[in-house]
Amino acid sequence: MIDYTKVLSETVKSIKPSGIRKFFDIANTMENVISLGVGEPDFRTPWQVRSAGIRSLESGETRYTSNRGLEGLRDEISRYVLRKYGVEYDPKGEILVTVGGSEAIDGAVRAITEPGDEVIIPQPSYVCYEPIVRLAGGVPVIINTKAENDFKLTVPELREAVTKRTKAIILPYPCNPTGAIMEYEDILAISEYLRGTDIMVISDEIYAELTYGERRHVCAASVPGMKERTILINGFSKAFAMTGWRLGYACGPKPIIDMVTKIHQFAIMCAPTTSQYAAIEAMRNCDSEVERMLEEYDMRRKIIVSGFNKIGLTCREPKGAFYAFPSIKSTGLSSEEFCERLLEAKHVAVVPGTAFGDSGEGFVRVSYCYSTAHIKEALKRIGEFVEEIK
Amino acid sequence: MDKIDKKILKLLDMNARMETADIATVTDITEEEAAARIAALEKAGVICGYKAVVDWEKVDLDSVSAIIELKVTPKAGFGFEEVAARVAKYPEVESVYLMSGAYDLNVVVKGKTFHEVSNFVSRELATIDSVTSTGTQFVMRRYKEYKVELIGEEGDGRSKISL
Repeated sequence: MIDYTKVLSETVKSIKPSGIRKFFDIANTMENVISLGVGEPDFRTPWQVRSAGIRSLESGETRYTSNRGLEGLRDEISRYVLRKYGVEYDPKGEILVTVGGSEAIDGAVRAITEPGDEVIIPQPSYVCYEPIVRLAGGVPVIINTKAENDFKLTVPELREAVTKRTKAIILPYPCNPTGAIMEYEDILAISEYLRGTDIMVISDEIYAELTYGERRHVCAASVPGMKERTILINGFSKAFAMTGWRLGYACGPKPIIDMVTKIHQFAIMCAPTTSQYAAIEAMRNCDSEVERMLEEYDMRRKIIVSGFNKIGLTCREPKGAFYAFPSIKSTGLSSEEFCERLLEAKHVAVVPGTAFGDSGEGFVRVSYCYSTAHIKEALKRIGEFVEEIK
Repeated sequence: MDKIDKKILKLLDMNARMETADIATVTDITEEEAAARIAALEKAGVICGYKAVVDWEKVDLDSVSAIIELKVTPKAGFGFEEVAARVAKYPEVESVYLMSGAYDLNVVVKGKTFHEVSNFVSRELATIDSVTSTGTQFVMRRYKEYKVELIGEEGDGRSKISL
C-alpha cells in the first residue's frame, strides 16, 4: 500500500483548502436556492463571438497555435490595450495569450519568484494569489485593506509591508469581492513610493471593463513610472462573458514575458485555438455588446446597493466588478454564521467575506450577475432574515 | 427631454413593468420625481402604451399574422400620410411602416385564420383607391420579438456558488 501522504508534496499539502468548502457543497446541492453566489456573468457570450469560434472550426482551425498565441490575436490585444487604456505593447514580444487570466497570474508569479521571495497581497481579494505564491516557493505577505479606505491599497500600508525580500505586489483592482477600484492618484502614489526599487507589480485587471459611472478604468501600466515594473493581466471571461472559453493574456516588459512564455510553452503549449479565433472577434467588434452588459450591471448594482442599505446592512458603492460587499456587522453574526443561517432559513446563497481573507470578516459578497427580478427576491428574503434575527 | 428621461425610456423599453421605485434608484432621483417624469412622458405621447411580449404559439388560441407589402400611389399634397392613416384605423392592423425600396407600406395584419387575414387583405386593403398592389406573406413561426428570444437558451447552467 502506498502511503500517499508521504508521496504528496509538502508545499501542496500545506496549502489549506478553503474552510468554507463544506458550506459551498451544501449550497451547491440544495434545491430551491436563490443564489447571489457566483462569480461569472449570467450573459451568454455575444453571438458574433460564438459564431467566429464556430467558423474557425468549420474551416478546420483545430491545431496548436504559436506558444505566444495567434499573431492576429496578439495584434488585436495590442490595439485594444492601447485604445482602451492608453498603453502600448509590442505584439511580437510583450504579449502572451494564456488559459484565462488565472494562468497569466500563475506564470507571472512563477517567472519572478525565488524561494523565500515575498509577494504582497492586498485582501480581501480573489482566492488564487496566496496559493499561487506558495506553489512558486514565495512567501505571501498579506495587507488587510480597510473599508474606511474603500478597500484601496495605500502607501502607508505598503510601507509597513515592504521588506528587502519584497519581489512583487499584486494589485487586484477592480476587486473581487469588494468592488473597489484604484484611481489615477492612488496608483500614482504607489508608483512614486516604488520609484528606484526593483519591486514588480502584477496588476490583475480582469474586471477592467466593468467600471461604473463617469469614471474610466485606470490601467496600472498607464500611470507614469509604472509600465517598466508592471505585468498587466487581463482576459475575456468577465467583459465578454467568455468564462468557459478560458482565455486571458499577460502584457509586460519583454524579458519577463519571454520567461512567462517559457513556462507556458512547457506547461500548456498554447491557449485553446477556437477560443483565440473567437477572441479576435470580441476585441474587434464587441464594444456595443460590452456597453450593453455594463449598463445592465450598473442598473442591478444600484438596485442591490440601495436594497442592502434599506435592509440596514451598510453597503458602500462598489465602483467596479460585479459584486456588492455589504457589512453584516449590525446583525452581530460572523460572516460564516450569517451565510449559513441565511441559507438554512431563507435558501439564499451568498459568500462569506472571510473566503477572501481574514479581513473579509463582517462582510458578505453578493454577486449581481442575476436578473433584477432574481436580485429583488433575494433582497426580500435577506430583509426578512435580518428582521427575524433581531 | 433630458438625459434622465432618456434613461427612463431605455429602462421601460427593456422592461415596461419595472417598478417606479427601481427606476428612481437607477436614475438617482426620488420615486415621486420618477413617477412625475413617466406621467409627463405618457402625456406628451412619447410613451404610447405598454404591452406584454406573448408567445402566442404556447396559447390555445387561433392566431395568424401576415406582413402585407402595399404599393401605393401617393396623393398630391398628402404624400403617403392619408392612406397610411386610413390603413392604420383597422383593428386587424398591428403596425404600419413607410418603407424605402421595392414597395411603400409595410402592414402587419393579425387574424384568427389564414382565411380571415386573406379576406381582410383582398376586401379591405386591396380595394383602397391609391393601393396599386398587395403582396401577402404569412408568418410561419416567431423566433424573436421585441428583443425577446422566444426559443431561448434554457436554464442557468452555472453553479449556485463560486468564487
